[in-house]
Amino acid sequence: MSLKPMLAVESLSAWYGAARILYDLNFHVARGEVVALMGRNGAGKSTTLKAIMGLIAQRQGSVHFNGEDVSRLKPFEIARRGLGFTPEDRRIFVDLTVMENLDIGRQPPRTFPDGAAAPSWTPEKLFTLFPNLAEMPNRLGGRMSGGEQQMLTVARTLMGNPLLVLLDEPSEGVAPLIVEQMANTIVELKKEGLSILLSEQNIHFARLVSDRVYVLEKGQIHWHGTMAQLDTNQDVQRAYLTV
Amino acid sequence: MTLSAFLFQALNGLASASGLFFIAVGLSLIFGVTRIINIAHGSLYMLGTYIAYSFATRIGGGLGFWGGIVATALIVCVLGALIEILLLRRIYRAPELFQLLATFALVLVINDATLWLWGSEDLLGPRAPGLRGAVEIFGRQLPSYDLFLIVIGPAVLLVLHFALAKTRFGRLVRAATQDREMVGALGVNQAILFTSVFALGAALAGLGGALQVAREPATLATDLIAIGDAFVVVVVGGMGSITGAYLAAVIIAEVKALCIAIGVVDFGFITVNFSKLTLVAEFLVMAGVLIARPYGLLGRPQGAVRSVAEAEDPIRPAAPGLKALAVAVLALLMGLPLLAQASPYLLVLGIDVLIAVIFATSLHFIMGPGGMHSFGHAAYFGLGAYGAALMVKWLAVPMGLGLVAAPLIALAGALLFGWFAVRLSGVYLAMLTLAFAQIVWAAMFQWEGFTGGSNGVIGVWPPPPFNSAAVYYLLTLAIAVIAVLLLRRFLFAPFGYAMRAGRDSPLRAEAIGIDVKRVHWLAFAIAGGICGIAGGLFAFAKGSISPETIHVGRSIDGLVMVLLGGIQTLTGPIVGASVFATLQDTVMRQTEYWRALLGLIILLLVLAFPQGIVGAVAQIFGRRRSP
Repeated sequence: MSLKPMLAVESLSAWYGAARILYDLNFHVARGEVVALMGRNGAGKSTTLKAIMGLIAQRQGSVHFNGEDVSRLKPFEIARRGLGFTPEDRRIFVDLTVMENLDIGRQPPRTFPDGAAAPSWTPEKLFTLFPNLAEMPNRLGGRMSGGEQQMLTVARTLMGNPLLVLLDEPSEGVAPLIVEQMANTIVELKKEGLSILLSEQNIHFARLVSDRVYVLEKGQIHWHGTMAQLDTNQDVQRAYLTV
Repeated sequence: MTLSAFLFQALNGLASASGLFFIAVGLSLIFGVTRIINIAHGSLYMLGTYIAYSFATRIGGGLGFWGGIVATALIVCVLGALIEILLLRRIYRAPELFQLLATFALVLVINDATLWLWGSEDLLGPRAPGLRGAVEIFGRQLPSYDLFLIVIGPAVLLVLHFALAKTRFGRLVRAATQDREMVGALGVNQAILFTSVFALGAALAGLGGALQVAREPATLATDLIAIGDAFVVVVVGGMGSITGAYLAAVIIAEVKALCIAIGVVDFGFITVNFSKLTLVAEFLVMAGVLIARPYGLLGRPQGAVRSVAEAEDPIRPAAPGLKALAVAVLALLMGLPLLAQASPYLLVLGIDVLIAVIFATSLHFIMGPGGMHSFGHAAYFGLGAYGAALMVKWLAVPMGLGLVAAPLIALAGALLFGWFAVRLSGVYLAMLTLAFAQIVWAAMFQWEGFTGGSNGVIGVWPPPPFNSAAVYYLLTLAIAVIAVLLLRRFLFAPFGYAMRAGRDSPLRAEAIGIDVKRVHWLAFAIAGGICGIAGGLFAFAKGSISPETIHVGRSIDGLVMVLLGGIQTLTGPIVGASVFATLQDTVMRQTEYWRALLGLIILLLVLAFPQGIVGAVAQIFGRRRSP
C-alpha cells in the first residue's frame, strides 16, 4: 500500500432535496486496491459513488483523488483526471453501436504520479478482455442483452484509461455466467494496476474480488475491515448484509 | 386545374420546404442536446434574411449576394454561440418554463433590435446573380433560384446526416441527446458541446433565412411565423430526427402549396377559397400525425422531459391574515370609482388589471396545479373576445348574451385543442398549444369576410348603463371575483387534488384510479372557458377586437404574469397580473421599443427572481422550505 491513497473521502454528506442520504462518510482506496462498499438496497452505495463523481448537486465534504481535491470539479473534469464511473443502470447509448459507445469514452493515455504508465486501452485490447463484444462491434447498444450491456459499460469506462474505476453493482441483474466473467475481469484489471471502488450487495461476488470492505447502512459506515475479516464476522453479515 | 399546374406547385412547395427544413433541423438538434426549446430560432432565421439583404445591397454583385449568404451564416453562428454562453448557460438548471421564457425574451429583444437597425419597412433583396433566369417546366417558368433551393435542402440534409453518423462530434451529439449527464461523466465537456450545437443550429437558421433573401422580403413578422411553422414541422417529423425534419418540411410545404394551387373551388352550395386555408391545413396534418404517431413520423418515444427543479410544496388554503387582506383589497377596489372622479384613467387601468387577473389565474390553473405549460393561452382569450364581438356584429345580440357566449365558445375551442394537448407533456405541449394559438390567430386574420381580417371587429360598445366606465368597472370586478373564487373552488375540490396528483406522478395517479388525461383535459377546458370571459370583457371594454390583440404576445404576457407573481401560490398570478398590467399600461407605453424593454424585464426576472414576487416575499417572511 503506498502512502498516499488513490482516493480519499472525508466527511462526505449528500442530500436529495430535503432528504439527507449520506452522513459524514470517511474512507479511502489505496493504489491497486479493490474496495467494496457493501450494504442493502437504499443504504447509500450508489449515492456515494455518484457524489464522488460530482453527479449529486447537494453534497459536502472533501474528495481527494490522486492527491488533488476534486470535490468542487464538474463530472467531466473529474473524469479527465482519471476517475472512471460505470453506473448501475449501465446507461449505454442505445442509438450508438458498440464501437461508437467506446469512442464516446475515449481519452488520452495517462501516467500515475510516480511516472509509471497507467494501463491504456484500445477497442482491440478490450475485445480480448470481453470476447462477447468482439463479435458485435456494429450492434446498436439498444439491441444488446443486459450482460452484454454490462460489459460494454465497463469497456466504455476503460476507454478513458482511468487510474481508478467506480463500479456500481457490477453483478446486479446479469446471468450467473456473466457475473463470473465480471469477477474475472475485475481481478484482471487489478493485475493491470487499476484501483477499483465497487458497490455490491452480494457477498459471494465481493469475496471473489475485494481486498477491503466498508459496510453501509442508512448512509453511514458501520463497519470496515478486510474481506477475510468480514467473511468470519457473522454478526456484521447478519446485521447489515443478509436480506 | 391541370396536372401540369399541379406538379408545378409541387415544385414550388419543395423550394419552400428547404427554408422550413433549415430552421426546423436546428431547433430539433438544439433541443436534443440541450433540452432547450429555442423560441428565438425564428428570430435568428429572420436576422439571416436581414443581414443577407444588407450584404446583397451594400456590397452587391455575386460577392455581395453569395459571399453575403455565407458570411450571414457565420455571423448568425457567432451570435448563437454568444447567446448560449451569455444567457442559456446560466439557466440550464432552471425549470424549463424559465428557459422557454428566456428564449422568448430574446425574440422580443431581437425583434426590436432589427426594427432599430433596419426600420419597419419590408425589404426585398435583389435576385440571385447567376440564377436570375427561369427554366420552363410543365409549360411554366420556374425561377432557377427555386431549383437551386430545391437542391440545397436535401444537400444540407446529406451533409448533416453524414456528419452525425461519421464524425466524433456527431457521435457526441447523438450520445448527448440520449444521456448528456453520462456523456459528461465520461469526460466530455458539455459546455463546449452545447455551445457548438447551439452555434450550428443558429448557423443553419441564419443560412435558411439568408437564402430567402432573393425570394421573399425581409419583414419583422417573420420570426414568429417561422418559429410557428418550425414547431409544426418538428412535431410532425419527430423531435431529434433530421430526416424526419426534412420529410415533415416537405409534407407541410406541399400541403400549403396544394392549397394555394387548388385556389377557389365552388362546391355548388358553398365556395371555399383553399388558398386561405393554408394554416388550417397545416393544423390538420399535425393533428393527424399526432393521433397516429404521438412522437412524430420518425421520432421515437422519449421520456417526458421533466424539469430538474425541486418538487413544489403543496398549495394550501390562504391563511386568515391573507384572507383578511383579500377582503380589504376587495373593499378598496369597490371604492375605486369614488377615487376616479379625479382621474378617470384609473378606471381604465382598473379594468385592464382585472381582465389580466382573470387571464393569468386561468392560465395558472393549468400551468401550476396542472403542470401544463400552455404557450397559447391567447387562443382562448381570442375565441372569447371574437366570439362575443362577432355575435354582436352578425346577430346583434345584447351584451349579456355575448358575455355568456364568450366562455362557452372558448370552452369549445379548449375542449378541441386540449384533447390533443393533454396527450403530450412538457415542451411538446408548450409547442402544440403555441401552434394552436397561431392557428386561431391566423383564422381571425385570414377569414376577412367574417372576422374583418386585420381591421378586426369594431363598434362593440356596451349598452347603457354599462357604457359608464365606473359601472363597467364594477361589472368586471364582480366577474373577476367570481372567476377567481370558482377556480379556487375547483383546486380544493377532489377534482383539483386529482389534477395535482396527475401532475406529480401520472403513473401513480392512474394506479389509484384517476383518469389523468381526462382530468387534465377537463382542467384545460375549464381554464380555456374562464379565459374566454376575460376575452369577452376585453372586447366590450375596448369596443373592438383585432388579431393583434390575440397574437402570441398575449400568451407570453400571461406567462410573464404568472411567473412574475410566482407559480407556487394562488396569490401569485393575481399579484403578477396586477403588477404586469400596470407596468404595461404606464411604463411600456412610453417607448416605441417596448418589446425590448419587456424582453429585458423577462430576462432580469428569469435570472434574478426564479421564484417570482410572491415567492420572494414569502421567503422574506420566513416561510422558507427546509434547506
